[in-house]
Amino acid sequence: MNPALLWHTVWQLGEDVDTDALAPGAYMQLGVEGIAPHCLENLAPAFAREVRPGDVIVAGRNFGIGSSREQAAAVLVHLGVAAVIAPSYGGLFFRNAFNLGLLLLTCADAASLQGQSQLAIERSPLRIVLPDGRALACEPVPDFLLAMAQAGGLLPQLRQRLAAQASSRL
Amino acid sequence: MTAQSLAQKLIARAAGQASVRFGEIVTCRVDLAMFHDSSGPRRLKPMLEELGATIWDKSRVVLVMDHYVPERDEAARRIVRIARDWAREQQLPHVYDSQGICHVVVPQHGHIRPGLFCVGGDSHSPTGGAFGAYMFGIGSTEMLGVVVTGEIWLRVPQTIAMHWSGRLAAGVCAKDMMLSMIARFGMNGADYQAVEFTGDAVRALSMQERMTLCNMSAELGAQTGLVAPDDVTWQWLRETGVAPLPGDGDAMDWASDPSSFDVQHDFDAAALSPQLAAPHSPAHGVPLAAHADTRIDVAYIGACTGAKLDDLRFAAQVLKGRRVASGVQFLVAPASLKDRAQAEAEGTMQILTDAGAVVLPSACGACAGYGDSFAEGQTVISSTARNFKGRMGPPSTQVYLGSAYTVAASALRGRITDPREVLA
Repeated sequence: MNPALLWHTVWQLGEDVDTDALAPGAYMQLGVEGIAPHCLENLAPAFAREVRPGDVIVAGRNFGIGSSREQAAAVLVHLGVAAVIAPSYGGLFFRNAFNLGLLLLTCADAASLQGQSQLAIERSPLRIVLPDGRALACEPVPDFLLAMAQAGGLLPQLRQRLAAQASSRL
Repeated sequence: MTAQSLAQKLIARAAGQASVRFGEIVTCRVDLAMFHDSSGPRRLKPMLEELGATIWDKSRVVLVMDHYVPERDEAARRIVRIARDWAREQQLPHVYDSQGICHVVVPQHGHIRPGLFCVGGDSHSPTGGAFGAYMFGIGSTEMLGVVVTGEIWLRVPQTIAMHWSGRLAAGVCAKDMMLSMIARFGMNGADYQAVEFTGDAVRALSMQERMTLCNMSAELGAQTGLVAPDDVTWQWLRETGVAPLPGDGDAMDWASDPSSFDVQHDFDAAALSPQLAAPHSPAHGVPLAAHADTRIDVAYIGACTGAKLDDLRFAAQVLKGRRVASGVQFLVAPASLKDRAQAEAEGTMQILTDAGAVVLPSACGACAGYGDSFAEGQTVISSTARNFKGRMGPPSTQVYLGSAYTVAASALRGRITDPREVLA
């Protein structure tokens, strides 16, 4: 394991993890901190309790299908999930995740990560590195989305944009 | 200029370009931003205040209270109160409180017309595509971006044509078309591209049936679903009292160019039978006959997907002069007050209540799974859009999805029933 890389603990999930599983409707009346303990409670009951900041999720295809509720991405950010790796995502969830600062990696070969408990993410080019040195390519993410994820989402970017507009008016 | 699909023409107009190509990332000006009590004020207000920002154009914003009304507890009262207070404080000109579900109420009040570029704070926002508008769902933070800037980015999608030739049989409707496509392609089968529904069978559909197609484009994983405007569209808009704008008469502007589709799938409407999605996925299509012995506890006609006026009429066709099986709870939640009033005026509601229907408020109700839910272990047949495990009740609740015809026929017999067996 290359000590120069940041190693993430992996949570493995299956296909078609929907937004109701990530942010169950019955708790949607609560804030993100109230929903988070119930994240994935029907699929991976230990997840919300045991996930640690910096962990990553490796999932099957169609991660985040379903509702537009961005709480599905917000709970993962709240629980400290560093990134999700899957072959495909619900389109709405994909936008929401970057808007909230959550990095999603689209990796056609995500199934080959089954059984891996640790992985690292390299930024340029975007790829996943395994402890044995193997690397998996990810689909490129447009620069403006990577920048959004790195800035912590759209809200901090809007704050900067508004501040820049205000100072240009001074 | 290369041939442009309807989706591309709508995006190009909003992006201020002559044309767009697949994969291009563009910034679009938003004509209409719609949100509801759950996705809207309770999330937007604090973020706007934090930014010290204001709404870019209040005349282009529509707020609908539909998810937490009628308020069932203190938490719901708090959420709805935030929405009402904010609407007053901001003096929003377009607010529909407890009038029905946003995807039905917003077009019924004339906010959606061919050519517009619209976003909604709800996944079923593609419903607006039935009117030839480009409309798609976004989350609350992205809605904040729209509300502050009036703009949104988009990666130009491919257009997938779903071409339905022929004619639907009696007792078969748009919901069956969608369930069959979702079963075939899967819940993410459209891969966030644009879907356009074409062909004689689509042209023959009423406006509300077209809304059902576009609504469930969400379950196909499309960014939006579209039906090109035609006489049915323009007549509906006239009847709804949407005043024509200059240029509106030229419906040809909003049609896909020949050979502009990236993919086309062909279907024979005449060969389609009533469809059923078994627990726990809308893509879990199963032959209805294989479940004909499944006993049901609840028959639910509800939601933007399955309780519009046309759906109520379908159910009434099945249930006229009949009563549902004893022991079956038959619940009807008309999608909007306008649809309910029309159904009352024409006698449709009377047929349903005579059959034993309990009429519920015109709101998202059990479909949203935000509180009102079915009981432990109950088997439900529902005209709604989603039967995810744990959405409409505890994980033990078994929810089957079908058309309003199928729900009504199943209510009549107390077990899952092909409506063609009971339609007179």
